[in-house]
Amino acid sequence: MRIKRELWFGLSLMAIILAVTAVFMPWGNLSNGHLGLLMLSLVVVAIMLGFPTAFTLMGMGVFFAWLAYRSGNPDIAVRQTLDLMVQRTYAVMTNDVLISIPLFVFMGYLVERANLIAKLFRSLELSLARVPGALAVATLVTCAIFATATGIVGAVVTLMGLLAFPAMLRSGYDVRLSAGAITAGGCLGILIPPSVMLIVYGATAGVSVVQLYAGAFFPGLMLAGLYIVYVIVLATLKPHLAPPLPKEERHVDLPPANQALNDRISHRALPALARALGGSVPGVSRGHALREMALTLLPALVLIAMLAGTWHLATKPAAVDDVQGLVAMGDAGGDARESSGGLAEPPSDDSVKEPPGGLAEPPSEDAAKEPRVAGGVQEPPGSAPAASSPGEASPAVPAVEAERLPTPNWFFAAAAGVLAGACLFYFLLSFVRLEIFKMLLSSFFPLAIMILAVLGSIVFGLATPTEAAAVGALGGFLLAAAYRQLTISVIKESVFLTAKTSAMVCWLFVGSSIFSAAFALLGGQELVEKWVLSMNLTPIQFLLLSQAIIFILGWPLEWTEIIVIFMPIFIPLLAHFNIDPLFFGLLVALNLQTAFLSPPVAMAAFYLKGVSPPHVTLNQIFVGMLPFMGIQVLALALLYIFPQIGLWLPQVLYK
Amino acid sequence: MQKYLLFVDRLSTLAGQVCAWTIVALTALISWEVFSRYVLNAPHAWMLDAQIMLYGVLFMMAGAYTLSKQGHVRGDVLYGFFEPRTQALFDLILYVVFFIPGIFALSYAGLIYAQESYAISERTFSPDPLPLWPFKFVVPAAGFGLLLQGLVEIIRCVICLREGEWPSREHDVEEVDVDKLKEMVHVKDEDIAALDKYVVNRDGGHAK
Repeated sequence: MRIKRELWFGLSLMAIILAVTAVFMPWGNLSNGHLGLLMLSLVVVAIMLGFPTAFTLMGMGVFFAWLAYRSGNPDIAVRQTLDLMVQRTYAVMTNDVLISIPLFVFMGYLVERANLIAKLFRSLELSLARVPGALAVATLVTCAIFATATGIVGAVVTLMGLLAFPAMLRSGYDVRLSAGAITAGGCLGILIPPSVMLIVYGATAGVSVVQLYAGAFFPGLMLAGLYIVYVIVLATLKPHLAPPLPKEERHVDLPPANQALNDRISHRALPALARALGGSVPGVSRGHALREMALTLLPALVLIAMLAGTWHLATKPAAVDDVQGLVAMGDAGGDARESSGGLAEPPSDDSVKEPPGGLAEPPSEDAAKEPRVAGGVQEPPGSAPAASSPGEASPAVPAVEAERLPTPNWFFAAAAGVLAGACLFYFLLSFVRLEIFKMLLSSFFPLAIMILAVLGSIVFGLATPTEAAAVGALGGFLLAAAYRQLTISVIKESVFLTAKTSAMVCWLFVGSSIFSAAFALLGGQELVEKWVLSMNLTPIQFLLLSQAIIFILGWPLEWTEIIVIFMPIFIPLLAHFNIDPLFFGLLVALNLQTAFLSPPVAMAAFYLKGVSPPHVTLNQIFVGMLPFMGIQVLALALLYIFPQIGLWLPQVLYK
Repeated sequence: MQKYLLFVDRLSTLAGQVCAWTIVALTALISWEVFSRYVLNAPHAWMLDAQIMLYGVLFMMAGAYTLSKQGHVRGDVLYGFFEPRTQALFDLILYVVFFIPGIFALSYAGLIYAQESYAISERTFSPDPLPLWPFKFVVPAAGFGLLLQGLVEIIRCVICLREGEWPSREHDVEEVDVDKLKEMVHVKDEDIAALDKYVVNRDGGHAK
C-alpha cells in the first residue's frame, strides 16, 4: 500500500503544478516572459518524472533559448543558440569556484575509507559515558565530525546504522530516539563547512565561498549543539528512553603494565608513572613508562606552547590594526559561547584563542593544538582567558612602540586559569582516562585537526578554498595511509567515485546554466520580479515566503536541483528587499537540511532502514526524525531572529 | 545486442576512469603549488590554467561514464515507484525529446568552437601561456561520448519496453555499498537480525 501512497503524493504534486500553470497562463497572448514561466513549471514536472536532471535542463534550455532567439531574429537563431550553449558549458568548465568540488569530494571518500569511524564512536562513547543519553550524544558528535569530514550522507548514516544503532538498542535505548539521532546527525555534514552544498550555492549566487564557510560555521555548530541539548534533556527527563550505559560497556582494557601500576601504586596516572620512571616498580619497563609519560604530558606541553604563543602575541610590538582585531575577536568570543548553546566542545573557546594566532602564525597550527586541550579535559580551561580577554585587551591599544609591551594582567589571569584547569585535569586523569585519551588521540583529534586546519586556512584567508581542498585531499591520503587502509583498490574506488560525483554535480551546472540563460533571455526573470514586487511584500514576508517555497520544493527535488534551478531566480530579488545574499544562503542551507529529514522522501531514513533489524519500521524512523526536524525549524527561526549567529564571523573577518 | 551495449558501456567507463585520475594530479599539483608559493616563495603563473584544465577534463569526460552507471541525479519522487515498463517509456520519450537534441547541439557547437580555436592555435592568456585548443576539444569529445552512451540507453529503454525488465549492467563502485560498509566495520547480517529481540520485546511484539 505504501507504494501507492508515494505515487499518489508525487502525481498529485505534479497535477497541482500543471493545473496552476494552466490556470494562470494567459493563453490568448503569450509573451516571452510567460513562456519562461511555462518552461519553469514544465521543468519541475519533467524532473519529477525522473529523467536525469542535467539533461532535462539542457534540452529544455536549448529549445526555449531557440524560441527566444527566434522571436528576435529568426535567421541567426540557431547559430546564436549553439553559441550560447558552448559558451555556457565552457564557463562551467573554467569556473574556478567549482574546482574545489571534486577535491572536497575526493577528500571525503579518502577519509571515509580510512575507516576510523568505529574507533571514533567507541572513544567518544567512553569519554561521554557519564553524560545522560551518552550513546546518543556520542552518535551525534561522531556524525557531526565524520559527516563534516566526508560530506557523504548515505555512507555516514549507513555506517552509524551499523555501529551506533546496535549499541543503542542493546543498551535499551528507544528505537525512535536512536533512529532520530543517527539520521539527524548524518545530515549535519551538509551544513557544517567544508560542505559541497555551500560551494554550489556560492557558485550559483556569486557569493564568496570563503564568507559562506565562515558564516555557516556557527549555525552548523548551533544545530549540532541543539540536537545534543535535546538528547541530554530528554535522557534526563525520561531515563527509560535512554538508560545509562551498563558497567561492562564502559569497561576499558588497560595495557598490562599500566594495569600493574594502577593496582599497585595509584589509579592516578601522573604520580604512578613518575614512580615507574624512577625504576622502582617491578614489571614496568622504563621505556614503557617514558612513552606513557610523554603522552600524559602532551596536553600540558600543548597548553604551555599555547600560553607562550599568546604571550608572544600579547606583548608583541603591535600595529594598531592588529590589536583592534584582537579586541574585536575577544568580544565576539563571548557571543560565540552563548550561541553554541552550552555545547561542551572546543569550538567556542577556539574562536577566542585562535584569532590571536591568526595574526601571526597559521591558525591551522593553533587549531591543531586547541582541541587536544579541551577534549582531554572535562571542562575547557580555555574559557578563563575568554572571559578576561575582551575587557582588558584594550589597554594595549595606545602602545605602539618597537619594544615588547608589558605583560598584560589578563594574561596572568589566563595563565592562572589554565594552570588550575591543568591541575584538575591531572588530578582526574586515571589510567582508565589515559587510555580513553589515547583512543581519542588516534581517532577524534586527527579528524578534528584536519577539518579545523582546512576550514581555518580558508576562513582566515591563508589559502583559497581550492588550495585548502587540495591539501585536505592530501590529508585524506595521509590519514588513510596512517590507518593502513591506503591500498590501490581504495585509491581507485575513491578516484572513480570522485569522477562520478563531480560529473553529476558539474553536468547539472552545465544544464542549469543553459537553462537559466534561456529563462533570462525569455524575460521570465523580469516577469517574476514584477510579480513579486507587485505583491508589496515586506522583507520579512518575502523571506518567509521564499523559505517556505524552498522548503516545499525540498520534497520533490534534491538540494542540488533546488539550488541550481531556483537560486538564480531568487537571488536577483534579494536586492529589492535589502537582504544579504550571504544571509539568505545560510538560511537556504539550513532549510535544505530539513529536506533530508522530512518524510516521505527523506533519504537518510531509507539508508538507515537498509541496515536496521527487520522489525524496525520505516514509520518508527520517521517518527524519530520528527523532533529533530522540529529542532531544525527552531534553528532556522533562531538564525532568522539573530542573524548575527551566522553573520558575526564573516563581518569580523572581512569587513 | 547486450554485447554491443556493454561494449559501449565499457568504452565510456574506460574514458571516464582514465580521465578520473586527473583528480590525483590535481591534488598533487595544487598541494605542490601551495608548498611552492608559501614555502619556496615561487608561484607559477600557469598553475591556475592547468588546474582549470584538469578539473574540466575530469568532470566533462566523466559525463558518459556517469550516465552508463546511472549516476546522474534524478528526481526520485515517482521514478522509483514506477514499473520498469513505465520507467522505460518515460525515459525513452525524454531521451528523444531532451537528451539527443541538447547533447547533439552541444557536441556540434563544441566542435566548431574547438576548430576555431585550433585554427589560431589559441593559448591561455598568461605570462606563461599553455596551449588552450586541446582543452576546447574536450567539449565535443565529451559530447560525442554522451551521445553514443545516450543511444545505448535508448536501446536499453526499447529492450525494457519489450521484455518488461531492464537489461543488466556491469557492476561499478558505488557511493553507498552496504555490503562493503558492513565488511569495513565487521558487522554481519546475523548480528543485525539478532538485534530484533531488543526491538520486539520493547514494543510488546507488535512492531510491524
